[in-house]
Amino acid sequence: MSHDHSLNPEVMPQHPEKATLEGKNKFLGLWFFLGGETVLFASLFGTYLALKNSTAGGATSEELFGLELVFLMTMLLLTSSLTSVYAMYHMKNNDFKKMQLWLGITGLLGIGFLGCEIYEFYHYIHEFGFTFRSSAFGSAFYTLVGFHGGHVLFGLCWLSAIMIRNAKRGLNLYNAPKFNTFSLYWHFIDVVWVFIFTVVYLMGKVA
Amino acid sequence: MSTVTAQKTSFAAVLWDYLTTVDHKKIGKLYLYGGGFFFLLGGLEAMLIRIQLIKPENDFMSAGLYNEMITMHGTTMIFFAAMPLLLGLMNAVMPLQIGARDVAFPFVNALGFWLFLFGGIMLNVSWFTGAPDAGWTAYAPLSATSPGHGVDYYVLGLQISGAGTLMGGINFLVTIVNMRAPGMTYMRMPLFTWTTFVVSVLILFAFPALTVGLFLLMFDRMFDSAFFDVALGGNSIIWQHLFWIFGHPEVYILILPAFGIFSEIFATFSRKRLFGYTAMVFATILIAFLGFMVWAHHMFTVGMGPVANSIFAIATMAIAVPTGIKIFNWLLTLWGGNITINSAMLWSLAFIPSFTIGGMTGIMVATSVADYQYHDTYFVIAHFHYVIVGGVVFGILAALHYWWPIMFRRVLNERLGKWAFWNFFIGFHLTFFIQHFLGLMGMPRRYWVFLEDQGLDTGNFISTIGAVFMTIGVILFLYNAFYSWFKGDPAPQDPWDARTLEWAVESPTPHYNFKQLPLVRGLDALWIEKMEGNGKLTPAEPLGDIHMPNGSILPFLISLGFFIAGFGFIYQTVTDVAYIFLFGGMGLALACMLVRSLKDDHGYHITKEELEKEAD
Amino acid sequence: MKGWMGKFKVFSLLGFVALFLSACGKENLTALDPKGYGADKAMDLIILPTVIMSFVLLIVMVLLVLALIKFRKKKGQEDFIPKQVEGNKTLETVWTVIPILLLIIIAVPTLIYEFDLADDADASDSLNINVTGNQYWWHFDYEGLDIQTSQDVYIPADSKVYFNMKSSDVIHSFWVPTLSGKLDVNPENENTFYINAYEEGVYWGKCAEFCGPSHSLMDFKVVVVSQEEFEQWVADMQNFDPETAEPATDTAAQGRDLFEQNNCISCHAIGSSPAAIGPNLTNFGDRTKLAGVEDMTKEKLVEWIVNPELIKPGNKMTGAYPKVSDEDAELIAEYLLQLKPSEITIESAGGLK
Repeated sequence: MSHDHSLNPEVMPQHPEKATLEGKNKFLGLWFFLGGETVLFASLFGTYLALKNSTAGGATSEELFGLELVFLMTMLLLTSSLTSVYAMYHMKNNDFKKMQLWLGITGLLGIGFLGCEIYEFYHYIHEFGFTFRSSAFGSAFYTLVGFHGGHVLFGLCWLSAIMIRNAKRGLNLYNAPKFNTFSLYWHFIDVVWVFIFTVVYLMGKVA
Repeated sequence: MSTVTAQKTSFAAVLWDYLTTVDHKKIGKLYLYGGGFFFLLGGLEAMLIRIQLIKPENDFMSAGLYNEMITMHGTTMIFFAAMPLLLGLMNAVMPLQIGARDVAFPFVNALGFWLFLFGGIMLNVSWFTGAPDAGWTAYAPLSATSPGHGVDYYVLGLQISGAGTLMGGINFLVTIVNMRAPGMTYMRMPLFTWTTFVVSVLILFAFPALTVGLFLLMFDRMFDSAFFDVALGGNSIIWQHLFWIFGHPEVYILILPAFGIFSEIFATFSRKRLFGYTAMVFATILIAFLGFMVWAHHMFTVGMGPVANSIFAIATMAIAVPTGIKIFNWLLTLWGGNITINSAMLWSLAFIPSFTIGGMTGIMVATSVADYQYHDTYFVIAHFHYVIVGGVVFGILAALHYWWPIMFRRVLNERLGKWAFWNFFIGFHLTFFIQHFLGLMGMPRRYWVFLEDQGLDTGNFISTIGAVFMTIGVILFLYNAFYSWFKGDPAPQDPWDARTLEWAVESPTPHYNFKQLPLVRGLDALWIEKMEGNGKLTPAEPLGDIHMPNGSILPFLISLGFFIAGFGFIYQTVTDVAYIFLFGGMGLALACMLVRSLKDDHGYHITKEELEKEAD
Repeated sequence: MKGWMGKFKVFSLLGFVALFLSACGKENLTALDPKGYGADKAMDLIILPTVIMSFVLLIVMVLLVLALIKFRKKKGQEDFIPKQVEGNKTLETVWTVIPILLLIIIAVPTLIYEFDLADDADASDSLNINVTGNQYWWHFDYEGLDIQTSQDVYIPADSKVYFNMKSSDVIHSFWVPTLSGKLDVNPENENTFYINAYEEGVYWGKCAEFCGPSHSLMDFKVVVVSQEEFEQWVADMQNFDPETAEPATDTAAQGRDLFEQNNCISCHAIGSSPAAIGPNLTNFGDRTKLAGVEDMTKEKLVEWIVNPELIKPGNKMTGAYPKVSDEDAELIAEYLLQLKPSEITIESAGGLK
């Protein structure tokens, strides 16, 4: 419990995101939250694996998936994870402008990813008549990938909210933890995508 | 802001205070009120079930209503009575036990409570439109195809309250890791704090599985997906796996805090250090760990094959070892002590044989081949009521007697406490012991009627009589609570000559808990100081400003938003008007979350001067 | 295996007799008086852990009571502060190791029995019955024999009979406590187990997985007859031809006409047929119970035909056929009750107890 601390010290500490108890709590809390999220996605993966061949006579994963688009999406999201690392690097150097710049790029890459995903879903529905309701495989696919897409969308909203809110006042010990937790969350989304890429798309194409 | 105590309080002011509070002590009380209310509701449902089964082929209620009754009884008791009562105790006691001024995320703490309450209300609103009728386990496809909106309410109610519970879990974890007082190392934490910690881990890793299961069920029922629709390739066993991957750890989420409670009470009233503290801690962790790999023992009869059944049978039996360690450690805590027997201690002592019987039948149902007989019969009903009533409910009642002075500044009446205990204890064994035999004599569970001339009449009659005694016990306890509130004297700070930090706090507990954070010098921090003649804790810091969080109405509004949106989800299948509720509710919730995120909230400080003035 | 288990049985008798007094439950329903292989094995594994765990419970109780007697606060010693013992390595090891040993004693036979019961190597050489669970009745199709029955299933004594089970709607569970443990009847996969009944008799079967409003009324019976009787029953059932079999009385003949006019036949087959929308009625007159639970009387049957909802809430027959008057229902009942294609009935197995 620190007393009467200034949130805008003369010299920013080495780790502004963990300089206050609130910051430490946020950091640890988000890690625990991601632990829970891991179980959430594990359950969705389990469901998907159990149902991936239950196509009920409809389109199968081999017919549906095109690896080119998925590869592009993977690149977009992986790069966005890297750019968010740059942003955190600049946060630790107390360079607010560069942090905002890299966060902005992160957001744009995220939007690009989401655009591709929307196109992908649109494509499946219109070219193959493959919907959420057409088979258990369809339900499981859209639920798993859609949950991930929903997480990306939430992350983008979160990012824009904290970027706009703090645009004018720069970095301080109150908002540094917020940027940092966003970045952690964003990495997590990226990791989940790597699994989706492998389990859903690669295995779906090969098997 | 800082002189809450001095204000004259009108009813509206009290109400507003509780709606906006982020104080863990008040939230703890709110959990107790909410959980207590649902406990009475669930108890009423139980009594109606027993009345229906008092004689064969009874027509007291219809088959449909009976199925609603059992579903609501189970769901209410597990999710809306036992869990919140325990969360309430954790909130009220755990921060004091580790010497913290509040939990890590007071705002989230309030949000967790309001989500639980609105989830519980959501579920019970269904009584007016047709309650869920697919059992508390809601096995698909029965639940996925159940007509009406009952199961929809079940799904939304649990989803909303489950989110709240998950937040509570994360909150406690961060609190315990980051906010222990100086000197409060992990291995000096009281057992109740330890079990809170371990249980929070369980909540964190178990609830998301339920969340996913509920989403799948919700999608199937409301958006025509095909997870459990066999015609479209769906598979209903997935629900069972997801439900029990959550459901089995849930059992430990309920029982471990009770273990913590008993550990505190046995030590205090034996005036003796908890025997084998280290073993107790590791046994707790081991039980939690094993608890995650035994879920399929609920599914022995599903047809998983002998290999899977064997693995889960062995893993389940293994849990008996750490549980046995605990039982014997408690016995040895008593051994050689100077034992006081009062109400809190009576509930704890009664727990030992009751829970041992529950554990004994636990080994029996873990024996897969024999479980082919026990499964889904009254044997299993008897088994888990021995564990959950004999363990969890006894634990909650023991804890209420024990910590009542801290929470409500009263000592509960001993005479009434003992009457309540004996009625409930005798009623409990009368109700459930005979059910072991009913099950083996061929009575499956969830039977609306049992047939005449099947040898089941006497057992069921005895069981119903027992339930009456349990009801009397609960009523006596309630009477005791009100009686002590109106007639009791203010309790002293440390009425039990206790050992742990929560009793070192002045009475009534100030809203900042500790004026100066205490220096902890070992296990049973207060006891150490008492033995060395200090009588109170040495401060670990000079008197200074205390940083406190601001109250907020947002948690209430966010939960209200999700509550409204719940109705939208349920009725969008029927009418487009429901979309107003769906988007309106979600909009309210998300807007409040946005406000929370964007509006700076730095809390406030209680200055050193104010603290000094209060001391005068 | 049998030998030491036998000793346990003697031991257990002493304990169990005290517990149950005389009541073990209803004969042919209770799991405590096994008359089939599966139930027998389960009984062994009910007794073994009960004995072991009762012993543990006894120790716990003795320690608890002794502790309370010896160490309860005494007058004049209110302020006595006991020695603050931290623990005891030896004791803690003892109560870790001994439970492990006890659990091994339980676990080993569990595994052996588990694999023993799951062994279905001789399934193809045995009688196979395909079971369909429906809300709220059971369909039995004798594989390769062109025989279908509902609610009552006839099997020969002292031989393995395989049940291949699947559900047409929600999950059910097939349980004949006296003969064997239960197995779930799932909609997505076929589950198989066998029953080997030691003695002739009519055994109660129950649905053990919650399946809707009439879950508690989804009873069935397993009629165990001798091998010869079973063979005759099979022959009788196969020889029954609904086209040629003349109803016994005129009223029954009228009933048959009504049965056809009201299109009952679109759901209920009489004689061998793959149709299984509603129960097959070939040997309806020999059924133990009406709808699994009610006494097989004409009055009840009329009640059922006119309004089945009164007897089995949520059943799928309600509303699925045109309204039938009481008079017509009586004639139909007359017809159905004389459907007795075989000499072999429940009486051959000693009747329903």
